[in-house]
Amino acid sequence: MDRVADRLSALGSTAALELRGVTRMFGALAALTDITITVRPGERRAVLGSNGAGKTTLFNCVTGDFLPTSGTIRFFGEDITAFPPHERIRRGLRRTYQISALFLGLSVRDNVYLACRGVSRARFSMLRPRANDALMQATERLIEAVHLTSVRERFVSELAHGQQRQLEIALALAGAPRFILFDEPAAGLSPTERRELVEILTALPAHIGYIIIEHDMDVALRVVESVTMMHNGRIFKEGAPHEIESDPEVQELYLGGGHE
Amino acid sequence: MSLIQEARAREGMLAQPGTAPQPAAWSVTEQPWAWAVAALLLIMPLIANGFFLIEIFGTTLILGTIALSLMFLAGYGGMVSLMQLTIAGFAGYMVAVFGVSGNANISLGWPWWLATPTALVLAVLFGTLGGALAVRTEGIYTIMITLAIGAAFYYFTNQNWAIFNGHTGINTIATPHFIGIDWRSDIAFYYLTLAVAVACYGVVLYLSRAPFGLALQGVRDNPRRMAALGFNVNAHRIAAYAFAALIAGLGGVLQVWNYRQISPGSVAVERCIDILIVAVVGGVTRPVGAYIGAFIFVMLRTFALDFLVKVGLDGNRFRLLIGLGFLAIVFWSSDGVIGLYERWRKRGQHRDTRPGGHGHG
Repeated sequence: MDRVADRLSALGSTAALELRGVTRMFGALAALTDITITVRPGERRAVLGSNGAGKTTLFNCVTGDFLPTSGTIRFFGEDITAFPPHERIRRGLRRTYQISALFLGLSVRDNVYLACRGVSRARFSMLRPRANDALMQATERLIEAVHLTSVRERFVSELAHGQQRQLEIALALAGAPRFILFDEPAAGLSPTERRELVEILTALPAHIGYIIIEHDMDVALRVVESVTMMHNGRIFKEGAPHEIESDPEVQELYLGGGHE
Repeated sequence: MSLIQEARAREGMLAQPGTAPQPAAWSVTEQPWAWAVAALLLIMPLIANGFFLIEIFGTTLILGTIALSLMFLAGYGGMVSLMQLTIAGFAGYMVAVFGVSGNANISLGWPWWLATPTALVLAVLFGTLGGALAVRTEGIYTIMITLAIGAAFYYFTNQNWAIFNGHTGINTIATPHFIGIDWRSDIAFYYLTLAVAVACYGVVLYLSRAPFGLALQGVRDNPRRMAALGFNVNAHRIAAYAFAALIAGLGGVLQVWNYRQISPGSVAVERCIDILIVAVVGGVTRPVGAYIGAFIFVMLRTFALDFLVKVGLDGNRFRLLIGLGFLAIVFWSSDGVIGLYERWRKRGQHRDTRPGGHGHG
């Protein structure tokens, strides 16, 4: 009965991601307090806030790395609050990490292949893939999309920082993502690499929505249509990029204090 | 296991810029001398006498296969399991219990072709259950919990008389005879161990590039990211324990056929640690390391005693020699003999490619 109810509510719901009253405590410390956010399918949103505002904790609750202390999380209408991370990913959720979380002992191609394999069937397959295997072809296309073709045989530990960041994004684009969480994708990138990043983000198919955490306003405000400001684990303000940019309170908080 | 990552990273740094390294592609076919070793192993019965054939090479292949199961878990999965010998010993005991032995009150007397698969299935079950416990822990706690399983099994065999016949163990275990061959005769048994070892080695090498093995290496490098790519990390780890248990079980069956008896001494805690020493001395990043480590271990165990007596020391100190050798190898290379060899080969390459380099006249 519950499953049927879930399905029905999934049909009626239009939100890609819906957080209701999400709170996360670490001991006595509230990292997130009563967060309520609704993001439409295909919507692109920035989450801004100074260090310690709870942005990455928010991502960790959505991906299931931490369970929220209270509140519910729905993904395309389905209640995923208590799902383990891999079940959320298999439903089309993806994320990237602020500090690259790659497989350093494997080649670029193996990294991307694992990402493609993780969201398809036969994860335990004991047969080596052939070169004309559909997943191998998807792997090659993805490597090309993030401009890493020339280094695809290399160990990830040998890549330059910018290349690792590109690979980080490639891993999140494998399979059929429906919604992606980008955690500071521009961290440590050169101005040229930042322009490439903006190109990659704006070139994503329109049905893929995302939330991006980014300190670089030039990147963040150019690739989103809405902004959520966080402060001390709470939502502080929501609006369109130009509204947030010109808001005196935001300027006071975000540009005045805590952010160098 | 950070040790392996470090070793890999160092390997990566040592690689020459501009030459694409081939991840985990180090196989028999690339190494010309490996063909020589393979040929030598095939014609060994023509060269070696019965003692060398079984006590040195047969034992090396059996010990290496058990160590290979640890290499698979530690090298690809980052999980150091000290219960691999326990699983092998359990398989050996099951062969004795279900098959034919001198202890008719215990052994069920099944033919070998029924008793052996039964023993292997039970060994896989044992490894899977132990693995399911161990994957809830990381690093040193995995070592502790698997060591605890090994110690518990040792004491259990000592005290249980109904199945394991207590500290006397089970003796004169029957070995297979079929297609007119006594498979425990020296030459036949040598080829049997060689066939099993080659098959296990080949399968592990093949799996390292198949989705199951790649995913395991992903779990080793970054379990959290693997979950964020849609993998059920613990299920993968448990499956790795199950597969490793099959390999260890095969080694255990050969072991019990070799000695024709099994007792708690065969599954003692020191034996479990021997397997760790074999794997680490050989090098855990490549399957071949398990067999190299086993060869060194067996050679030392067999000849260190004579050597010590010859130089006027107490022969019982041969374990000291093994310990010192272990320390020396681990001190100079975090990846055992394989690591030493790789370093030597890289240095050779470097000298060759240096423009106007000396050494080639």
